[in-house]
Amino acid sequence: MSLMDKSTLSYVRKDMLPEQTPPLAQAGGHRWVRDNLFSGWLNTILTLASIYVVYAAIMAIGPWLMNSVWNAESLTECREILDGTAGACWGVIKARWHQLLFGFYPEELYWRPVLTLILLFVSLAPVLFPNVPRKLLYLSAAFPFIGFHLLWGGSIWLPITAAAGFVVGFFAYRFAKVVSPLIGVGAAIIAPVLWWLIVAGPLTEALASILPIGLEAVRSDRFGGFMISLIIGFSGISLSLPIGILLALGRQSDMIFVKSVCVMFIEFIRGVPLITLLFTASLLLNYFLPPGTSFDLILRVIIMVTVFASAYMAEVVRGGLAALPNGQYEAADALGLDYWKAQRLIIMPQALKISIPGIVNTFIGLFKDTTLVVFIGLLDPIGLSNAIRADSNWQGIYWELFIFIGALFFIFCFGMSRYSMSLERRLKTDHR
Amino acid sequence: MATTSEIPHKSFRLSMLLYDTRYRSITIQIFFLMLLMLGAAWLVDNTISNLQTLGKDFSFNYLFTTAGYDINQRLIEYTSQSTHARAALVGFLNTILLAVLACVLATVLGVIAGVLRLSKNWIVSRLMTIYVEVFRNIPTLLWIIIFGAIMTESMPAPNAFRGDDPSASMLFNESVAITNRGIYAPEPLFSRSLGNLDIGIFLISIDLLAIIALIVAGIYANRKLMVHATKVQNATGVRPTTWWKTLAILFGPAIVLLVALGFHLGYPSLQGFNFQGGTHIRNSLIAMWLGLGIYTGAFIAEIVRSGILAISKGQSEAAFALGLQPTLTTRLVILPQALRVIIPPLISQYLNITKNTSLALAVGYMDMRSTLGGISINQTGRELEGMMLMMLIYLLISLTISGLMNVYNSKIKLKER
Repeated sequence: MSLMDKSTLSYVRKDMLPEQTPPLAQAGGHRWVRDNLFSGWLNTILTLASIYVVYAAIMAIGPWLMNSVWNAESLTECREILDGTAGACWGVIKARWHQLLFGFYPEELYWRPVLTLILLFVSLAPVLFPNVPRKLLYLSAAFPFIGFHLLWGGSIWLPITAAAGFVVGFFAYRFAKVVSPLIGVGAAIIAPVLWWLIVAGPLTEALASILPIGLEAVRSDRFGGFMISLIIGFSGISLSLPIGILLALGRQSDMIFVKSVCVMFIEFIRGVPLITLLFTASLLLNYFLPPGTSFDLILRVIIMVTVFASAYMAEVVRGGLAALPNGQYEAADALGLDYWKAQRLIIMPQALKISIPGIVNTFIGLFKDTTLVVFIGLLDPIGLSNAIRADSNWQGIYWELFIFIGALFFIFCFGMSRYSMSLERRLKTDHR
Repeated sequence: MATTSEIPHKSFRLSMLLYDTRYRSITIQIFFLMLLMLGAAWLVDNTISNLQTLGKDFSFNYLFTTAGYDINQRLIEYTSQSTHARAALVGFLNTILLAVLACVLATVLGVIAGVLRLSKNWIVSRLMTIYVEVFRNIPTLLWIIIFGAIMTESMPAPNAFRGDDPSASMLFNESVAITNRGIYAPEPLFSRSLGNLDIGIFLISIDLLAIIALIVAGIYANRKLMVHATKVQNATGVRPTTWWKTLAILFGPAIVLLVALGFHLGYPSLQGFNFQGGTHIRNSLIAMWLGLGIYTGAFIAEIVRSGILAISKGQSEAAFALGLQPTLTTRLVILPQALRVIIPPLISQYLNITKNTSLALAVGYMDMRSTLGGISINQTGRELEGMMLMMLIYLLISLTISGLMNVYNSKIKLKER
């Protein structure tokens, strides 16, 4: 029998078989359950244990949540409505939500913090998303002053003269740059400082006496609630990034003295708890300042939080710098760029991209750490939950307040981490 | 390179301080140094003049005066007649105790959650994701307060254990009572105790030292045994049975010693309004421990997960190709490499726990911040000295931990040859 003679072979299929669905036991939900939940004895045990945990959690919390009371003026009223059954008393949130969000900010002025928050998102938009008109960046630059004025109120001339300091610095740099770039940088630092120390104060008073316009002033001790967490958090975040970058560059610098100062600063700040720095701000800062100076407590906290976060930020940025191949630095040198141009155009964009996860983690950590201000007497949400419980109407209420506060923080922190993931994906340029 | 001409020697001009890169960095540094010194001088001058106006001096002598306050949680002898320095020591030991406990809990939870998050089991990995996300995104302080509230609000009062038909009952064969005042557990007692060793500052139980010494000796002897077994295996091809020898070496002497010392447990019992006897673990310690441990565990879970994911798939495939079992693959191939990625961030989590113990203020646990940096400062008005001392101690703890961990890190890091 010749091999070539196919007709003599017993059977050769001439046509393709049509596609068939897999056997019933190998497809669909049945197979998914078998593969993902019951693929072995260990897996089965884990699945059963998890189902039990979920069941126990639902049985423990479910009835309590289902039995919610929304309309009550006090815990006793809640208990009367519940009539002996277990149930959540959300009346406390309904009655006190404005305090948890705004502290003791005057109720008729709530539009100001709300407007600030909206403006914050509008001015963040061009920084965060690439498809937003670039013109909005002007608003981003002006936002710190607008926000300050909206929140604290007072004479409108104070933020304007403060902002003018930056304009002064810009022009000083423009003119002094002609002599030497280094002198230009020096002038850009010294001129605004002189402006703020000498000119700004009298100018503000003079302008205020000529044209006394502005919003109703709100004192710092009326600030509180989630608003204060947001204020401290966002100020700390936006101030710590540039300082952190400078510290990281200082740590990488060849100048031995600058480097050792930066290293000592970073190691010191990272070695002590934030709470000791906050206590330093509240107990000791008046020792370090000239007699008679009094600093706003919120401002002191913002300074300390910024100092704290910049040390961590510096380490994150340093990691990004260290991850850059040496060729990038050499390429910048080969193009003849000076130090700052090389940093701005070549090094930083890449280093910051690498450090995005770390930067966002620092942001989230900083935002959560704003709760520590409760220890130095600021009324953040946790401090207010204690204050609400001190009221005889709500004595003994815990979980509803904790759930509300926890949910607020969760939404912000979770949102930030999701945004950082999307940012990482968007900036990903390597083609793996 | 004979053609290279000599760099023409130019005389130094003042403008070179600005334009010549060789000198410019010196100019900048001197300028920077002067600014820094000016700033420091300004701060010190302010401090001195402020202290003078307040009529205070700067001295640490207050540490050796009577403290006059009580500390409920203490590891060493302390009365209100002790000095501030001793109060600080009690607080320091409490800080260390809490940090060690929380680090252990966080590591255990973190490793379990990190591994389970990679599990193929859909429901388990989802549950772990929920755990990680929920705990990571809510402040530690809130967790500590929540656990504090759970311990004080949801647990039965001691008198609930009273009567013929009590509404609460003790766990583990009438030995552990969980109440709203803390947990009462059996305490180890020795009827023929060896007494205490006085090392000047505090007493150390000789019984404890003897047990630790025996355990260390047991581990050392067991290692010798293993080396010997391997030698025999290499020579003959048959590994001698060692498990019963290991058990005997590790536990035998310790059990003999415990019997010789008359070891027994002191059970807590309800007397009067409260439990007497046994170990009383305070709510504040439990709340701090659970809060810090479970919170940081979520971060460690992420570290462990990313460490395992960082090992390329080829490594486990190669191990399987060599015929290694999955458990052996994990132990010999994956874990040693993953540890290299995991250890450095793990160190900073341990540091975070140690620093976060300072939140103990929230639930009233008497740590170093509450004694040295809290009541002592309030009583003596020595803010500057107290804060400086406290920061210094925290700094020393941090540097010690990171130093030790860096030594370990450099031992396990990739050896490139």
